[in-house]
Amino acid sequence: MDAQVRTPLIEMKDISIAFGGVKAVDHAYIDLYPGEVVGLLGHNGAGKSCLIKILSGAYKRDAGQIFVNGEEAHISNPRDAKSYGIETVYQALALADNVDAASNLYLGRELLTRWGTLDDASMEAEARKVMGRLNPNFRRFKEPVIALSGGQRQSVAIARAIHFNARILIMDEPTAALGPAETAQVGELVKQLKSDGIGIFLISHDIHDVFDLADRVTVMKNGQVVGSGRVSDMTKDEVLGMIILGKCPPGALPGPGAMQG
Amino acid sequence: MTSAAPGAASAAPDEPTLRRILRATEVDTRMLGMIFALALIWVGFNVYTQIQSGEGLFLTPRNLWNLSVQTSSIAIMGTGMVLIIVMRHIDLSVGSIIGFVSTIIGVAQVRILPEYLGLDSPAIWILAVVLALVVGAAIGALHGSLVAYLGIPAFIVTLGAQLFWRGAAWWVTAGQTIAPLDPRFSLMGGGPHGSIGATWSWVLALLACVGIVFSLYSGRQRRARFRFPQRPMWAEYLIAAVGCFVVLGATLIVNAYPWPERVAARWAEANNVAVPAGGLFISTGWAIPVLIALVVGFAMTFLARRTRFGRYVYAIGGNPEAAELAGINTKRITVMVFALMGMLAAIAACIDSARLDSATNVLGQLDELYTIAAAVIGGTSLAGGVGTIYGALIGALVIQSLQSGMILLGFDSAFQQMVVGVVLVGAVGLDTFYRRRTAKG
Repeated sequence: MDAQVRTPLIEMKDISIAFGGVKAVDHAYIDLYPGEVVGLLGHNGAGKSCLIKILSGAYKRDAGQIFVNGEEAHISNPRDAKSYGIETVYQALALADNVDAASNLYLGRELLTRWGTLDDASMEAEARKVMGRLNPNFRRFKEPVIALSGGQRQSVAIARAIHFNARILIMDEPTAALGPAETAQVGELVKQLKSDGIGIFLISHDIHDVFDLADRVTVMKNGQVVGSGRVSDMTKDEVLGMIILGKCPPGALPGPGAMQG
Repeated sequence: MTSAAPGAASAAPDEPTLRRILRATEVDTRMLGMIFALALIWVGFNVYTQIQSGEGLFLTPRNLWNLSVQTSSIAIMGTGMVLIIVMRHIDLSVGSIIGFVSTIIGVAQVRILPEYLGLDSPAIWILAVVLALVVGAAIGALHGSLVAYLGIPAFIVTLGAQLFWRGAAWWVTAGQTIAPLDPRFSLMGGGPHGSIGATWSWVLALLACVGIVFSLYSGRQRRARFRFPQRPMWAEYLIAAVGCFVVLGATLIVNAYPWPERVAARWAEANNVAVPAGGLFISTGWAIPVLIALVVGFAMTFLARRTRFGRYVYAIGGNPEAAELAGINTKRITVMVFALMGMLAAIAACIDSARLDSATNVLGQLDELYTIAAAVIGGTSLAGGVGTIYGALIGALVIQSLQSGMILLGFDSAFQQMVVGVVLVGAVGLDTFYRRRTAKG
């Protein structure tokens, strides 16, 4: 495939991390190309969130390498990851509940005035613009985000991720807290971002969230990669077999975590 | 994007007037509640003294002026305690920092600095204040580092620090009280000479009024530039009018408090002024410690609301993990907040020792509790993330009003402590109830 020729946006090789004696991630690997959606699937505790937190700088890996655009990247905290254009929408949304949408949008990267003070007016204006694109019904700019609905909070979190020229977007269980209409909204958003050339990791334990949106999936079990392959080469049942049994179907490339035999 | 969103200001037509005013002016209803409680305390004490002794003793220029001076040091520390508690920490050491810093600067200005600069050097008080700020900030930064980098809970660090610095204060002077302090330094404590008099009080009051109007105007301009929803014009006028009324009224009161007769007579004698028949009336005006507290209040509000540092403090308090993931250096902010608290305690140490005109190791005892009480009565939530600077200022005034009122009534100090304790628990209980009810809708 032409994937062999192009440079991947992200390539994580041989990544391991252990907490105490538990190998949460064990020689795992994953890659991502521009304009592609890669689903990362697995049970709770399979190591998928852990692997992705290493990419976003929340955890420090024990071993392995990360390449961004073919060059080795040094990521040891969230700020490093952001400097490579890697943005994350976390499972728990990672919003500061007590401050408003604009402050959350710019948390850690506030706009300042000439005098070095917070430029709240500009931030609010920008927030109105971004939110107008993502969620035109959003009006509650002055309230702490704890007062917002799950979908509204989600759109604030996503707005924060895409607003700063993200090239790689990581979405950890992006629809876990949402109703059907809001889930569909997030799906639309993923397609829109994809067409902008952004590479997206979708992490989920629910195959239905991912199957319709992803181009490829990688499945993890017990910290190891079971296998990965194109969604078009597999059925939902086969992917389910990978998640539950660790059985790698013929359409996917088996990894070290695949069931032997 | 050009169409302005319907703002909070567009009122429903059938809304009750009071609620409409509250909404249009965007006033914090909690603050109104606190001010109402304060008014209740003031009027209550005044009526009580009226019944007891035939004249209202509380709402007099003399008592209110004293109240303002007595409140200033707790108010100053309260503004810092808000940020500490917002970040889900606590500081139990501020009273002991006062004791330690005051002995240090007492020794410096009475025993050490005069040897090099001469007894009457104007540099002495400046150096003493700078020394206080540096020592206070260093102590606070030490506490903050222990909390942030070693992960020791702030409660334990500052509990240990409370004992440590109180003991250290004793060692500095071997338990002796150092007095008198540098005369210029002592002006920070207030008193007839440590106040700015009628003329300057009016000048400051007028400047404050101009400031209020200007800030409302520029805020409106800024919102107009970005086409944000505006407050209705009458609400702006109302806010400006109330603000100016409070400033001018308070100035009128402090100016109505004259110098004590003997101080005025001594001054007249020294300056060859003839004393008229009814005695000399010299307005005291705003006391310097009160002005310091007001400046600190403004500076801290600015810090909390308009700087990155303040934004981070609140974000960390709301969700420490989210703040960390957003790339905020939470450990550094923790150290900075404790250093700031130490510095504010040092300012309070200057004011307290200047007011007594002496430095002693027992200064500031129990102040940590009153400071925390001021912040909490002012609406700061111990769960973190919530709290305002002006709330702490009003909270400090509430606590001090209770105390000074009970002293006026001649209650003994054991009873005073009991009342303050009950009020603290009651205020937080009421607040919890109120929050739970508003959360339900």
